[in-house]
Amino acid sequence: MRAFWAVVKRDIKLATRIGGDAMTVLLFYVMVGAIMPFAIGPDKVLLAKLGPAIIWISALLSLLLALDRLFRTDHEDGSLIAMSQAPLPLEMIVTAKILAHWLTNALPLIAATPLLAILLNLDAGQTLLVIFTLLIGTPALVCFGAIGAAVTVTIKRGGLIAPILILPLSIPTLIFGVSALSTGAIETAASSALLFLAGFTLLALVFTPFATALALKMGAE
Amino acid sequence: MVEKTFIKVRELAVSRGGFVIFEGISFDAMPGEVILLRGPNGAGKSTCLAALYGALAPTHGLIDIHLSDENRSTRELIHVIGHVPGVKTTLTVRENLQFWADLYGSAANVENAIDAAGLHPIADSDASILSAGQTRRLALARLLVAERPIWILDEPTSALDKQGDAWVGNLIARHSQKGGIIIAATHLDIPNVPAEKIKTVLINGAPA
Repeated sequence: MRAFWAVVKRDIKLATRIGGDAMTVLLFYVMVGAIMPFAIGPDKVLLAKLGPAIIWISALLSLLLALDRLFRTDHEDGSLIAMSQAPLPLEMIVTAKILAHWLTNALPLIAATPLLAILLNLDAGQTLLVIFTLLIGTPALVCFGAIGAAVTVTIKRGGLIAPILILPLSIPTLIFGVSALSTGAIETAASSALLFLAGFTLLALVFTPFATALALKMGAE
Repeated sequence: MVEKTFIKVRELAVSRGGFVIFEGISFDAMPGEVILLRGPNGAGKSTCLAALYGALAPTHGLIDIHLSDENRSTRELIHVIGHVPGVKTTLTVRENLQFWADLYGSAANVENAIDAAGLHPIADSDASILSAGQTRRLALARLLVAERPIWILDEPTSALDKQGDAWVGNLIARHSQKGGIIIAATHLDIPNVPAEKIKTVLINGAPA
């Protein structure tokens, strides 16, 4: 486990130091959410209605922005080859990197969500619910993103291709994430959507390390 | 630890897209031996090394890495230093090495590795301020914290000055004396290693 936590710690350090991406992603998230009211207009009711979906889309786009760097810098500077020689299986290294990526990129977004919620006129209950669904759903988004990032790591301009690969995979998470926020007559549907969202995340957590490690190994050849 | 570890390579060939990069490479590497791969640029030295450490499937031939300890996998016996140094520029020299020591689960002393590489005065500086030669020294210091019996080195002296060359030569010599195996693509002559312990393998038969 010492090796696993060493990878997590190193990636957190790299992301939070000067030149890291964590702050950029957070600013992008807030800005995407903040420009929506300008596009939609000052209709408070409409904003509150669209708010949760806007927050989810902002989170998805922000996470896509950072994903390219998940493996690319390690691939380019030779760290990935060196890491693949560790006794720790590549699948575990990938898991550690995904965990660190979620902690440094997704968690700050979730923490900044109340700010966006105010801009989008969401009430406290809705805000808490959005935060809850993001907590459950974003690990899946990061996982799918990791697969896309690993597949495109050897392509020079893969940064542009990865989002195209990842977006279709993210659709179920987006659908269930936003459906889980429905209230009123369809509350039962909302709770089943929440369960589906959790199920998707668990599924992603199980399969992603293997798929990503396989993609990285094939990329190394 | 390494007495029974040896590498046997027979008729190794690698092709890519129908183009034969190299063929007919055979050698044995016994404990304490230094195998120097020589050949002109583009002869396939790096490709040969990649095939040896398993990053590339050979088209033909046999690579038998005999392990002294059946509980350890091949990747726990080999350490590779390639062209790219694997150094994170926003971490300090010490943090870089500490990470590798933790990852490889070795009990090696990071401070000793820093001293051995001559990086002590800048141990707490970001690796971004290092020169190309110092970055290469830091990359090579990874060998000391990884503590693997088999070293695979691709142009280990690139970017190094004469002192650096001598340091790498001594590093290899000491590892050889301890019974380690070194396979290196380099033009460097290794001092302090008995001539019978050094084997030169010409890739594509073209002398350097």
